[in-house]
Amino acid sequence: MYEHDVIVVGAGGAGLRAAIAAHEAGADTAIVSKLHPVRSHTGAAEGGINAALREGDDWELHAYDTMKGSDYLADAPAAETLAQDAPEETIQLEHWGMPFSREDDGRVSQRPFGGLSFPRTTYAGAETGHHLLHVMYEQVVKRGIQVYDEWYVMNLVTDDAADPNDRECHGVVAYDVQSGNVEGFKANNGVILATGGPGQAFDHTTNAVSCTGDGHAMAYRAGAPLEDMEFIQFHPTSLPSTGVLISEGVRGEGGILYNAKGERFMFEYGYANNSGELASRDVVARAELTEVNEGRGVNDEYVHLDMRHLGEERILDRLENILHLAEDFEGVDGLVEPMPVKPGQHYAMGGIDVDENGQTCISGLYAAGESACVSVHGGNRLGGNALPELIVFGKRAGRHAAGDDLGTAEIETGYGPDVEDETETELPVQPGSAGLDTAGGVAADGSGVATETDGLLERAVEAERARVDHLMDKDDGVQHAQIRAKLQKAMTDYVNVFRTDEGIRKALRVIRECREEYQNVYVDDPSRTFNTDLQQTYETRNLIDVAETIALGALVRNEFRGAHWRQENQERDDENWLKHTLISWEDGEPNIFYRPVILEGEKTYEPKERSY
Amino acid sequence: MSTQQEQPQEPESQEAPEDPEMRGTESPQQERLKEKEQGLAQEEAVDESDVEGETVHLKVFRYDPEVEGKQEPRFDDFYVPFEKGMTVLDAVMYARDEFDSSLTFRHSCRQAVCGSDAFFVNGRQQLGCKTQISDLKQPVRIEPLPHQEVVKDLVVDMDHFYDQMHAVEPYFQQEELPDGDLEEQRQSRENREKVKMSTRCIWCAACMSSCNIAAGDNEYLGPAAINKAYRFAMDEREDEEIKEHRLRIVEQEHGVWRCQTQFSCTEVCPKDIPLTEHIQELKREAVKKNLKFW
Ligand SMILES: Cc1cc2nc3c(=O)[nH]c(=O)nc-3n(C[C@H](O)[C@H](O)[C@H](O)COP(=O)(O)OP(=O)(O)OC[C@H]3O[C@@H](n4cnc5c(N)ncnc54)[C@H](O)[C@@H]3O)c2cc1C
Ligand code: SF4
Ligand code: FES
Repeated sequence: MYEHDVIVVGAGGAGLRAAIAAHEAGADTAIVSKLHPVRSHTGAAEGGINAALREGDDWELHAYDTMKGSDYLADAPAAETLAQDAPEETIQLEHWGMPFSREDDGRVSQRPFGGLSFPRTTYAGAETGHHLLHVMYEQVVKRGIQVYDEWYVMNLVTDDAADPNDRECHGVVAYDVQSGNVEGFKANNGVILATGGPGQAFDHTTNAVSCTGDGHAMAYRAGAPLEDMEFIQFHPTSLPSTGVLISEGVRGEGGILYNAKGERFMFEYGYANNSGELASRDVVARAELTEVNEGRGVNDEYVHLDMRHLGEERILDRLENILHLAEDFEGVDGLVEPMPVKPGQHYAMGGIDVDENGQTCISGLYAAGESACVSVHGGNRLGGNALPELIVFGKRAGRHAAGDDLGTAEIETGYGPDVEDETETELPVQPGSAGLDTAGGVAADGSGVATETDGLLERAVEAERARVDHLMDKDDGVQHAQIRAKLQKAMTDYVNVFRTDEGIRKALRVIRECREEYQNVYVDDPSRTFNTDLQQTYETRNLIDVAETIALGALVRNEFRGAHWRQENQERDDENWLKHTLISWEDGEPNIFYRPVILEGEKTYEPKERSY
Repeated sequence: MSTQQEQPQEPESQEAPEDPEMRGTESPQQERLKEKEQGLAQEEAVDESDVEGETVHLKVFRYDPEVEGKQEPRFDDFYVPFEKGMTVLDAVMYARDEFDSSLTFRHSCRQAVCGSDAFFVNGRQQLGCKTQISDLKQPVRIEPLPHQEVVKDLVVDMDHFYDQMHAVEPYFQQEELPDGDLEEQRQSRENREKVKMSTRCIWCAACMSSCNIAAGDNEYLGPAAINKAYRFAMDEREDEEIKEHRLRIVEQEHGVWRCQTQFSCTEVCPKDIPLTEHIQELKREAVKKNLKFW
């Protein structure tokens, strides 16, 4: 057994920042991560970090842009904290040596980004995330913070007090990927989940294969609600075979989208008669999918993004990195042929329900980064707002877990007096574990929550060991890859940019089937050494739980807000829906309820039409 | 109220490289042609018609210390349906998900930023995710990185590599900072440009694996770690004393002087970092500073 004051699960931008902060606040801190820190997906972020650093800009403007971009579903105290703390945190990165792009006078450069009223996106070439990740890992090395890398966290150790608000988190159970050893990690002060996004719930995503929503699922099963899970951002131009992102810059420079018939469909079919290819992300993504659905897609799968007419000189001058991406990852030469593109899952606005100190309703359990929902992004995230979230709220969670006093949070968490129960929507199938046999403890369910606190950790470790043995001893059944593929396909088919009541219900039925099939899952690889089959089997279970919450949220929210579009009601409905969707796991079943959004902080944010 | 309105001209982008740094002069195609002319291209590209709609033949190295039949290293054959744009990583993922779930390799980002999947493909260190199958001769031979201990199949032990990276004190050490929380250190564009390539390293260890010297001298810091030291030593934001401290670290017995400028690291680096040049420059700096020779 290992023991530390603060245990940070995950070593992307949020986890590293949390660990540094907890360490600085004097806590004995350790990071447990399934990937070596520098492999984390934060390294893929390209664009930049929003921070009001310059004269003419201020935190109020940044907060205002964020609230507006969120389609008024962000909580004001969260957006304001982000905007207030981002400048200091960004400069902190510079003081740690981050190689930001520079102006002639040697100061860090900023550039304009969509939805921002001031060019406040601070960047380091087209590799901002890479540098942010490496700079913070360097600081972790400098401080000698203990990192357990390639340790996969399987479950949280919480007691099972009837009310999740009375529960406490005591640590985690993890296994050493290299040796297969399952061990307990006791956390004297707190556990911080910084496990990143759940992009792998979809079969086409810009997210890494490691983005499997593990933290979401673990917190959910332990009793902390997931918030606003239906809000998923899709990017209209990702490469079909890998999901690698093709910059909006191509369309900005004049790139044209064609269907298989060679028609410029954004105009021909009237998706956006004025702005054409430059319409907003969600409009373009839906147009592309409509083309494919109506049989005008290339190979029934994608559309073409053509930039050849811009001429070689201009392409080389402005879009050279796009040529490299298309060549390296799709085998296509953008100078001589159009590039195939299709919409891809990109970012999850929702996540584990936390307050502005990173705390969930379970004491000692924190979350930060993309796995958390403070909520800063509400219905839609602005480009360049995720990276500052990592450092601002990563730091706060680290400090709070280490015992620093950050004042009382204004944001509520968990099921409480201010919530409203979901009563209207009938579900197509019973979600959750729904009484499935949990023999062997391998169902995608809540097993693993122990009863008494005495020997809690030991028993949790035993439970996971038994689960591993069960999965490995079993010689036949279904392999996780099959279930995962089916799940991902259903999510992409039905809970994508197009959402209909009927489609989402279909998805929920498939998810239910996946859950049933998972009862019979087994791990074929007999080895304890670096068994990625075992790890992925665990991840697939998490994906089932996370996908279900995304689909449930999408089903109940019958309106069009931010990135969530519903065919039946293509309007934003402020009268009924200025509230967060929360889903918590109670006795094996999802419980859906709502909490009003907070539109009043230091300033007041009146909902306005989201147009730019 | 509708939010579905078309929004005019959103220059919005996650990546928008309007940045002059991002502009280059040559397309990848031109670069590749040039490479080929120079005889650097690793091998002839297979005509695409050979593989399109066909299967790709993979020969993959297998080893597991625990499992009977795998304790002796062997090669397994996999036949994977080819698709345009397929990378080596796509191919091994397909083989794993469809044929043999015990096939083990590290991978994550699929876009050449996480540095997990450097393999030895047809005799050359390269990232699986950045290598197009259509550029390779078949059968495609995929092995773990040479000169590193194999843990299982394509997974090698990275601890030694990490130790070497950590040995150069890879963190910014400037203590004196501008007054005021919101005051940044100044850095000239030229200086940022100078360290730019060195900061792109993704810790994939391809360079280390390709280096004969590192293979013969286990304590040799290796190209990646020396490059990391370069990244700081050349950064004007750190004071001269710190720079000297850094030079001392790299000019130790197992440091820069071991390099015999064979360029193998530079050739395999997926981030095109001019490693050999950086090593040479550090040698020159050390001489300039009159540091002790080995
Ligand atoms: C292509 C792309 C471009 C982007 N560009 C931008 C941008 O320009 N600006 C911006 O603001 N945002 C951008 N984003 C969004 C932003 O990069 C992410 O939201 C953010 O990096 C997530 O960071 P994180 O620390 O929460 O998670 P990650 O960086 O994903 O880290 C998750 C960590 O958790 C660990 N982990 C997960 N599960 C477990 C487990 N079970 N056990 C142990 N460890 C575990 C992993 O090993 C990893 O270390 C972009 C995203 C993508 C995909
Ligand atoms: S220097 Fe290049 S080859 Fe070496 S580890 Fe870094 S990225 Fe990989
Ligand atoms: S998978 Fe990340 S570098 Fe290839």
